[in-house]
Amino acid sequence: MTLRVAHLYPDVMNIYGDRGNIIALRFRCVSRGIGFELTDVGVGDAFEPVEFDLVLIGGGQDREQRRIADDLVAKGPALRAAIDDGLAALAVCGGFQLFGDRYVDHEGGIIPGIGVFDLETRHPGPRADRCVGDVVLVTDFGEVVGFENHGGRTYLAPGQKPFGSVKRGFGNNAEDGGEGARTKNAFGTYLHGSLLPKNPALCDELIRIGLERRYQRAIMLAPLDDEVEGSAHTAAVHVAKGRSRSA
Amino acid sequence: MDPRLAFAVSLGKGAGVATRLLRRGGGTALPGLVATRVEPNIVSKLGRQLNGGRVLVSGTNGKTTTSRILASILDAAGTPFLHNREGSNLMRGFASTLLEASNATGHLRLPVNVLGLFETDEATMPAAARAFAPSIMAFTNLFRDQLDRYGEVDTVAAMWREALAAAPKDSTLVLNADDPSVAELAEGWTGPVHWYGIDDPAFATETRGAFDARWCRSCGGTFSYSRRYFAHVGFWGCDGCGRSRPTPDTVASDIRLGIDSCTFAVDGLGELGMPLTGLYNVSNALAAIAVARLLGLPPAAVVQGVGRVQPAFGRQEVIEYEGRPLRLMLCKNPAGANEVLRLLASIQLPGEGLNVAALLSDQFADGQDVSWIWDVDYELLGTHVVACWCGGTRAEDIALRLKYAGWLTPNVVAHDVSVLLRDIVASTETGSDVYVIATYTAMRDLRHALGRNVRDEG
Repeated sequence: MTLRVAHLYPDVMNIYGDRGNIIALRFRCVSRGIGFELTDVGVGDAFEPVEFDLVLIGGGQDREQRRIADDLVAKGPALRAAIDDGLAALAVCGGFQLFGDRYVDHEGGIIPGIGVFDLETRHPGPRADRCVGDVVLVTDFGEVVGFENHGGRTYLAPGQKPFGSVKRGFGNNAEDGGEGARTKNAFGTYLHGSLLPKNPALCDELIRIGLERRYQRAIMLAPLDDEVEGSAHTAAVHVAKGRSRSA
Repeated sequence: MDPRLAFAVSLGKGAGVATRLLRRGGGTALPGLVATRVEPNIVSKLGRQLNGGRVLVSGTNGKTTTSRILASILDAAGTPFLHNREGSNLMRGFASTLLEASNATGHLRLPVNVLGLFETDEATMPAAARAFAPSIMAFTNLFRDQLDRYGEVDTVAAMWREALAAAPKDSTLVLNADDPSVAELAEGWTGPVHWYGIDDPAFATETRGAFDARWCRSCGGTFSYSRRYFAHVGFWGCDGCGRSRPTPDTVASDIRLGIDSCTFAVDGLGELGMPLTGLYNVSNALAAIAVARLLGLPPAAVVQGVGRVQPAFGRQEVIEYEGRPLRLMLCKNPAGANEVLRLLASIQLPGEGLNVAALLSDQFADGQDVSWIWDVDYELLGTHVVACWCGGTRAEDIALRLKYAGWLTPNVVAHDVSVLLRDIVASTETGSDVYVIATYTAMRDLRHALGRNVRDEG
């Protein structure tokens, strides 16, 4: 078996240790004898989402996000169709924002997203505090830990499911207690840290979903020794309890 | 006499005496903080009395070491100067340094024509440039660092341009030609610029590491490289507007790196030896040499000063513990950490591998976001390490990172540094080198446990 992963704009959208997600996916595939095939997809590259089992996109600086936005919009329809068909995807921070309907900067300028998630992100302006700190969520895959650092506030449209609910930290907009978004097997979140190494259950779910869709059968992943992962997860929860606000 | 200044100085000095009597910390920030409350322009009022020139040194990595090397050169040349100590590179730290040198009426008790040398936090550059009206500003490099504190790399670049706008138009910029983000500062600058850079093909590499500059700020074109030293540093050129690495005025070539020292050649100075190692420290030395040349210091003093620089806090410092030399390497961001790891990977000890203690903390001074460790190429050392220990307030995170980088299972994962030290002694032979790669507060806590001064001795 082989998991085929597409990493969108790895040179550009990688500001918060997003490479850790790739490292974790590769480690947890290879440890089980599952092949791991990584394809970097850049601006202007041909991209056929149906050729992949999992698509990843990370976060970038403002200037960088603007540079890839047009290219992402061009790739959007095919990507949205594949996700509608069950393709697994993980979009973190800036990538999460661009997977929404639109990003509105503090002067009202709009960067269009690709509408995988029905949501809008608004930037309250340079004077507003950024949402920065350790986060603990409750999700469909249990407790998830990470670190958030975003200026934009994200608001989900009615009917759009969040990724999780906030136990510690700010979440999408520091108001409604929701964090991220989920549509079918596509997950969007502000959490880095990196996200997947300290949340091995979530990492394994992405692998399982990707493989099941490709091989069209139920797949049970062999358990791994997750003591080190578990300790890092527990330590992150402890830190969040000590210094992040409770929702 | 300026009564407000005098009052501010007296209060600040009083606060300094009080903290020392109460033995609360090093007491370097509080006097400045108190005095600044009374006289917000204290740095400007005292600082501009330094009429032998005012030098600011900033950058993501290397500002402490560059300042150290320059201080060592100034010592060798017998030039009187005032220098802030590492860790007090914010406005209140400058105020404290100046207060210590001031008399009660707000006049510096220093020889005339004394020089001011100030290592400056990246985000403090605009305020520092306004206050000091610097004659020279040196910028070493720009990498991602503590994004939770500083914001994006672009934010720091914007702050530096703000500093340039606030500085006197005739001050001299000392810029690293090898870093396109630093070189961009010269765009639109009408004052003099002195470039420094490394020219040694032996250090070209294919590895990319943390890459923090891709596009030309002037035209939006992409940078390409005819030679890359690390990250985005090397012989760069813009595919769009054709801008490229300027020809440096001060160049290092024929570089030879040892375990704890190096040699390199500089035009007009011949071969220099330095008791520090790593390509990044050669670059730091060049920045210091460039400033020294601008100040007109004699070549013999430059060679001597570079040759006897003492390592700064945790930067290739060696502290012996129970017969084991602990070699301390500060690692606080991906670019700096990758250079340290490359250095360690190049150290070939006959028949033995490396003992490495990796300490990761997430206090304010370290940055609370530890995700940067996933941008560090710990994989470089995977097969070189024969024993490792994980510590710091986020010991579990670094243990996980090292597991995924293919390192062997650590002997100990513990927050308590004394637990680590006990195991290091129990599981290594006397005389074994132990390399300690640590973030700022983790290094501070280790030094504390070793009975060393928590602060830099200066």
